[in-house]
Amino acid sequence: MPVILTFAEHKDGTLRRASLETVSEAARLAAKTGAQVESVLIGSGDDALVTELGTYGAARVHVFADGALGSYATEPYARALAQVIGAVKPSAVLVPFTSMGKDLAPRVAAKVGAGLASDCVAFEVDGARLKARRPVYAGKAFATVQWEGEPQMATLRPNVFPLGSPDAGRTAAKVAGTVDTAARARITGTHATGAGKLELTEAQIIVSGGRGLKGPENFHLVHSLADAFGAAVGASRAVVDAGWVDHQYQVGQTGKTVSPNLYIAVGLSGAIQHLAGMSSSRTIVAINKDADAPIFKVANYGIVGDVFEVVPKLTEAAKAYLKSRG
Amino acid sequence: MKIIVCVKQVPDTTTRIRVAPDGKGIVDNDVTWIVAPYDEYAIEEALRIKEAKGGEVVLVSLGPDRAQSALRDGLAMGADSAVHLKDPLFDATDALGTARALAAAIKGLAPFDLVLTGQQGVGGDNSQIPGLVAELLDLPQVTVAVKIEVRDATAVVEREVEGAHETWETSLPAVVSAQKGLNEPRYKNLKGIMAAKKKPLDVKDAAALGLEASVLAPRVAVVALSPPPERPPVKMIQGDPATQAQELLRLLHEEAKVL
Repeated sequence: MPVILTFAEHKDGTLRRASLETVSEAARLAAKTGAQVESVLIGSGDDALVTELGTYGAARVHVFADGALGSYATEPYARALAQVIGAVKPSAVLVPFTSMGKDLAPRVAAKVGAGLASDCVAFEVDGARLKARRPVYAGKAFATVQWEGEPQMATLRPNVFPLGSPDAGRTAAKVAGTVDTAARARITGTHATGAGKLELTEAQIIVSGGRGLKGPENFHLVHSLADAFGAAVGASRAVVDAGWVDHQYQVGQTGKTVSPNLYIAVGLSGAIQHLAGMSSSRTIVAINKDADAPIFKVANYGIVGDVFEVVPKLTEAAKAYLKSRG
Repeated sequence: MKIIVCVKQVPDTTTRIRVAPDGKGIVDNDVTWIVAPYDEYAIEEALRIKEAKGGEVVLVSLGPDRAQSALRDGLAMGADSAVHLKDPLFDATDALGTARALAAAIKGLAPFDLVLTGQQGVGGDNSQIPGLVAELLDLPQVTVAVKIEVRDATAVVEREVEGAHETWETSLPAVVSAQKGLNEPRYKNLKGIMAAKKKPLDVKDAAALGLEASVLAPRVAVVALSPPPERPPVKMIQGDPATQAQELLRLLHEEAKVL
């Protein structure tokens, strides 16, 4: 039976949501192609994680539990994943397009000589083969790609593929593996930069601010609205380049590409390179005083008005509304 | 210290992208081509390391004839020499084939201490070159760097991940990819532009790199290119700010079902 292999990234003892999205998509594709889903878990031998991958459809989980793999290092992780690929000979390998997956997948692709399609947002089955759809030019166009040979390797954009329904009746077999843990590049420390803030690429709701806020002293309006919605905060390139906020907040072609359920653009005109990074959001709201701003061309709902009047009212109303719903 | 920088020429980020009639490429006759923004950070970082420690900066770019203007831009910023990888076989290859050509060219420049690249181009958006090249050269890699401190035989690199910065220590030589925030690239000045015209620029084809057509055959091929899906027309919400706020929340809940 052909195998679709997924890489399961975990953090602080739990599987990342993007890992579950990846195994969910693998299960859907496996159902269409008659394949079996298997996952690779590195740096944890936690049975709870193996069990959870099983409930989402993994029949086997290849576990590299060595304590030396506790923090991510590209070389041994790539070695482990390539080793499983060599043993299992999967038809496809799916990896979440997270910071880790983005670092790891190309290294593995070069090791096994596989084609890799990055940042995929959809798959279709064509006979026993896959086709993938992926944004290029930061979403200004979409490419449909196909692979020559196997494995067909792909990274999957987080927040795009729906989670499957976990089935407690499905269990995964645990297959223990070992690998040389040597690495020439290693993590020696980590410090949080967002101080508990939600990560843009994983957020379900994002509130972004632009130059219409007139100055960094007014950017707190964006933070307040984001807090009211439990949203992550984003920004346009103009305000990042002006030094109002750190570039980690930047959404757009030279920042982050995001696909939340709800994107609220505040005082943001919608330059081409910004639209490229957010126009695949499910619902877009634009608040801007200029009715001709390009942001309204991609928005589902628009409010033409003064952000200094509208945003505080919306913050207030959102707080009351979400409180009323508990 | 010898630093190699991989450079890609891409459409300006303010360019509107139009899909060509063949449905596989883009209309490129009215495109302004630039050095990929992330590669500019890589070039700038290489120049700063050279200025602090001495040495040389060599640029490598794979692309058609026009890629030479990207190399001249990098030379004008202050790089010492450039290698242009040009071959019809390269035009049709994928990220892995591109990396094979880059790795072969970089091997020919050995010994070197550091390979810098942008963390992604802003074209195919594969974000694969740093990892592919590192593996093909059997070097360690640190990607998405926002800070690089080169010591004697090691480098300490800060890497941006979701909600955090990681500090990595790597032996040298290594491949490091640049993220926005690493530095502020300098502008090229007239003197630099004039000097760039006289700097060495080698052109190498697949045969010169010892690469056969079979290793450059794409493993991933674009079968169709299309514009982004159309978005529905915007619904404008009227009224005073308080009314607009209430109405928006109602629509987000009842119609869009996102709240």
